[in-house]
Amino acid sequence: MKKCYINGTGCVSSQKTINTAFLQDIIVNENENVLELSVPDYKEVIPPAAARRMAKGVKNGIVASHWAMKEAGVHNLDAIITGTGMGCCIDSEKFLKALIDNKEEFLTPTSFIQSTHNTVGGQIALGLECKAYNFTYVNGAVSFESSLIDAKMQLDEEEAATILVGGVEENAEATTNFLQLTGIIKPKEQSSYSVLDSDTTGAVFSEGAVFFVLEDDKKETTYAELNDVTIYNTLEKEEVEAKLESFLKGNGLSVNDIDAVVLGYNGDTLYDGYYTILADGVLKNTQQLYYKHLSGEFNTASAFGLWVASHVVKLQEAPEVLSVNDVKAAGYKNILLYNQYRGKDHSFTLVSQC
Amino acid sequence: MSRGVAITGMGIISSIGNSVEENFNALIQSKPGITVIENITTVHKNVIKVGEIKKTNGQLAAELGLAADNNYSRTAMLGAIAAKQAVNNAGITDINEFNTGLISATSVGGMDMTERFFYDYAESDEHRRYILSHDAGDVAHKIADQLGLKGLVTTISTACSSAANAIMLGARLIKNGKLDRVIVGGTDALSKFTINGFKTLMILSDTYNTPFDNDRKGLNLGEAAAFLVLESDAVVKQQNKKVLAYLSGYGNANDAYHQTASSENGDGAFLSMEKAFKISGLAPSDIDYINAHGTATPNNDLSEGRAIIRAFGNNVPEFSSTKPFTGHTLAAAAAIEAVYSVLALQNGVVYPNLNFKTPMEEFDIVPQTELKEKEINHVLSNSFGFGGNCSTLLFSKS
Repeated sequence: MKKCYINGTGCVSSQKTINTAFLQDIIVNENENVLELSVPDYKEVIPPAAARRMAKGVKNGIVASHWAMKEAGVHNLDAIITGTGMGCCIDSEKFLKALIDNKEEFLTPTSFIQSTHNTVGGQIALGLECKAYNFTYVNGAVSFESSLIDAKMQLDEEEAATILVGGVEENAEATTNFLQLTGIIKPKEQSSYSVLDSDTTGAVFSEGAVFFVLEDDKKETTYAELNDVTIYNTLEKEEVEAKLESFLKGNGLSVNDIDAVVLGYNGDTLYDGYYTILADGVLKNTQQLYYKHLSGEFNTASAFGLWVASHVVKLQEAPEVLSVNDVKAAGYKNILLYNQYRGKDHSFTLVSQC
Repeated sequence: MSRGVAITGMGIISSIGNSVEENFNALIQSKPGITVIENITTVHKNVIKVGEIKKTNGQLAAELGLAADNNYSRTAMLGAIAAKQAVNNAGITDINEFNTGLISATSVGGMDMTERFFYDYAESDEHRRYILSHDAGDVAHKIADQLGLKGLVTTISTACSSAANAIMLGARLIKNGKLDRVIVGGTDALSKFTINGFKTLMILSDTYNTPFDNDRKGLNLGEAAAFLVLESDAVVKQQNKKVLAYLSGYGNANDAYHQTASSENGDGAFLSMEKAFKISGLAPSDIDYINAHGTATPNNDLSEGRAIIRAFGNNVPEFSSTKPFTGHTLAAAAAIEAVYSVLALQNGVVYPNLNFKTPMEEFDIVPQTELKEKEINHVLSNSFGFGGNCSTLLFSKS
């Protein structure tokens, strides 16, 4: 069975994460309930005429995938696999509003065409003239992990050697308003929005696109080996520890072998207990890191988490801004990621130094 | 050569029936389900025909025993009904007895509710519970809840090939040993969003759809859900399960030609068929029936027909599209057609391609227009979607 290596990454997020050293230019913003995107230079990657027709998510996906492929030095892909929980919201809303406002008359197809969930994956393929396998996963907070599972399975089985895999979400006006109405996004007038010191429900949201090149060969640009990914639709808090241990056991590891854990804390007091039950329990003596204070929450924010973990393994360094507790690992061989969203869509991901 | 992955259960709800049996009877009796739309108020009511399930949301909710304040989209209810049938049909009594997953597929998700309450949400909190049922993943969560399933649950959305890809992923997870059992399929409800979307693309027929006909005018949209149960050989053996058929091959490729249109020569379609043959170890000459994508749009049928000729040469087996019966049910299409393919194997029938009159001038293959009984050992089923997404599934007799 072949192994699976992370050989290139590209990240568009609310932080400056393109063309800069790892977390060199970060800003911890605790004053907004929706973090603004740090807009990358689209011109570098997409001809302006084409970019004008594309929604934000499509552009960000193309930019992130471009940098990931460039870093890994690959031009041909055996598969393109995209995760997006909410899909192309901007075009969906545009078409839906026009439909309602104009009572189903005078509509044009462009926004409908672009509203399809697989637009990002389709546009990447179109741009690369890539006729390979092309899947899009759309299952909330495991959309990205589903993509990883699929990609890893193809590399393991030697069905593919080079795969582009990523997660992308875009904020759209109405969807953001709806999520505020339901309290899933914290109310506007509530700052400061500290993730770890939160005493309120809901989360600070944002958007982004994070892509990875996964290959069956180790090379100079390799960040880490992707060892395993697993997902559960629902877990009780009491079940998490046992599931974690069985996941590690399946990889011949125990909690003591984990040098650092990357937790998906988002400041929602209703659900952050899933993390604290591990952080105060079985992972008490393990170095704990978090990232959603940098990236914001969104369905594929965990791709930003993997981007962070990949860098920590590669650089053998975890910047202080990521720290949850005071434990410091001597080195970073094995890093575990755990994420869930409102008690659903749990995922464990394991990466290691190679 | 392995036989493939065992299919041990099926469930379906479509405009031609609320069960596997009802669907089969409609197919062999040539009873289509294309009508005037009743459940959705739309200005296009008199100019389009659809494959609509003649049950209101209230009736569907009652069937599932949902509370009055539930937040199920129509898509989720249809999916739950079909998935429950499939699980029952497979004789599963304890859903979590084995490592069981659910792979769903949808294109619209909860759009049917979002389009009703879009402006209402800001005004009152009466319907706000549906905000959380908009995203595609909510549909899979609802189905998993209805089944009591805990484990690997995910959703694929690649437009009109979605369910084929869900079935494909499920088979791979079984082969890979990641799951012992998986419920796979897709669900899509009719919505104003899709009706108007396809209307703007000018590919909706104003009458009954006529796949592979020279004068075809476009598609009829439909709504449906279907799920299949796939089980590992070990589970089949241990429980002495009846195998309905095997999923023997699958392939996905991208046309990489245009966001919505298919390439003239059907490159993506040809590649997906080629991959499916390779995985199965079958040759084109082994195929006894092709259940075509056959949407009856000018573009699809030409592109698919050419791809079929490229793949099969001068020996194209009987083929037909069942879309004149059900309409194009988008993300559910490949799942309902998977059920029809299994039924074709079990009963030895080729379904008629209804409404066909005039052969296409571009090539000389014509679909099977009458019900035909014959021994069928292998069926090929195509499904293609926006974004150039092309998928092929192969089903073989158990």
